[in-house]
Amino acid sequence: MRRGAALIPLLLAAIVILVAVSMLAGIVWLSPAQALGAFSAGPTDLARLIIIELRMPRAVLAILTGGALGLCGAVLQGLLRNPLAEPGLLGVSSGAAVGAVIAIYFGLTARFPYAAPVLGMCGAMAATALTFAFGRGGTLSIILAGAAVSGLGGAAISLALNLAPNAGGAFEIMTWLMGSLSDRSWDHVWLAAPFILVGAAILAGTARSLDALALGEAQAESLGVDLDRLRLTVLAGVALCVGAATSVAGVIGFIGLIAPHLVRPFVGHQPSRTPLPSALCGAALLLAADIGSRLLRFNSTEIKLGVFTALVGTPFFFWLVLRLRKTAP
Amino acid sequence: MSLLTVSGVTVRRGGRAILREVSASFSAGQFVAVIGGNGAGKSTLLSVLAGLLKPDQGEARLDGQPIGRFDRKALARRRAYLPQNPRCDWPISVERLVALGLTPTLPAFGRLTADVQVRVDRAVEACDLASQRDQAATTLSGGELARAMLARAMVGDPEVLIVDEPMAGLDPRHALDTAGRLQGLAASGKLVIAAVHDLTLAARFASHVLGMREGQVVALGPMATTLTSVLLHDIFDVEACVSGEGATATVDYVAGAPKGV
Repeated sequence: MRRGAALIPLLLAAIVILVAVSMLAGIVWLSPAQALGAFSAGPTDLARLIIIELRMPRAVLAILTGGALGLCGAVLQGLLRNPLAEPGLLGVSSGAAVGAVIAIYFGLTARFPYAAPVLGMCGAMAATALTFAFGRGGTLSIILAGAAVSGLGGAAISLALNLAPNAGGAFEIMTWLMGSLSDRSWDHVWLAAPFILVGAAILAGTARSLDALALGEAQAESLGVDLDRLRLTVLAGVALCVGAATSVAGVIGFIGLIAPHLVRPFVGHQPSRTPLPSALCGAALLLAADIGSRLLRFNSTEIKLGVFTALVGTPFFFWLVLRLRKTAP
Repeated sequence: MSLLTVSGVTVRRGGRAILREVSASFSAGQFVAVIGGNGAGKSTLLSVLAGLLKPDQGEARLDGQPIGRFDRKALARRRAYLPQNPRCDWPISVERLVALGLTPTLPAFGRLTADVQVRVDRAVEACDLASQRDQAATTLSGGELARAMLARAMVGDPEVLIVDEPMAGLDPRHALDTAGRLQGLAASGKLVIAAVHDLTLAARFASHVLGMREGQVVALGPMATTLTSVLLHDIFDVEACVSGEGATATVDYVAGAPKGV
């Protein structure tokens, strides 16, 4: 049997189990019988409301967002041949955050509820375009451009916090920045899903080119890979996926960094075989993190999802840096 | 008829001309050793010949067609290119690395077919890598990696093989093997162009020599008549002695000879 043949079924099974748990877990614990009964209950049934209007969209968003982040992390690491690459690296998350913060800061969210998601996607697109424009001419320059764009995004967010007219506005911005899936509705799902799915479809076409890139840019080009087009394709796909994901769920770090590393040993480290399992792994990780953040409460305050993934993800990041330092020449 | 030509090729980088008005033509069946000092423009010329670098002036032609007009994949199927010190960024297996050489012939999705597997097996065997087949490419020694990369370049059975210093870092046995393999490819009707620093290996195995100095072609012709001590003095500014011919040719440098002697 091919190595890692069981990986995808296992990840799918994990997602199914985590979705089931996420239907039951929360402030109001439901029994499996209650949960199943919810689907046949009347429209005013509490369990039905909790499951269909609160927990299902939340789980679907966790799958979409986690999947998008895992997929983008794998494709970016393949493109940049850098194990530390993730959507945050190219400034995409930062750009999306700026867009949403602008919506909140100018009070657009009050008049038009979806201003944050829409502007978030615009911000992601702008940040990606900026990274691409300044990052032409190689992998190193694209990483540096991404760092610069992230820095710019951070500065813009700080400026918004600095100028926020009242403490409430600043608090709203901070809360959004922490990333969360609570109080999300089906509307959020319908808003993000098309962009994430289109982005994922775009990224799926890059597999062979990512494989060839393992040999470096010169060899990849000699094998018929159009590097400029590949970079543009990846950045477009990533902007759609991460822009949409970030704008509905806030800034969620480390999923895109961790997921590819977890699945890579099972697919022989092949860049082309990493993205699909990495997306599934990202979805499972975010579902688990969402359940964890729901259950971990301090004085009845829910831990924000982005804070949770950062707390869990940072040690992994340190471990990765340590390992790279050991293997680097 | 010439298979691959460059005419009037000039490449400038930062105001400095790396190649100046280079013209040369190569035919199928030749094994051309490109020799020259550091910074003579060998690697740049190979990139232009491979169609990877668009010159500021002049052009490269494959089969009479400007190389820039070829479809990328169609070109990739006909010529293979191996840069200097190639490396692999992920710990994929040697077998997978070699299979990457078939990228231009593979469909966008799907696994390797039986036919592909046969070709990969052949290249792996030919480059003496059978025992490293499942080893991660990042754990290979420099010489093993160089052989794996050569197998990668050869697996697609290209008409034109352009390699930058394929023998660098190889032990004597594998350097001889590699040179012999390139000679064999040329003998079977392929065009092989390789930058080579070991002049004795070049003299013994290559059929033609292209000497470069300061971005210009100093000489291009059959090895036996072109590689002379005069040429080596012109290219490297050293006194050298070329003795023997063909399989027993030897190039020696005269150590410490003062300039102008």
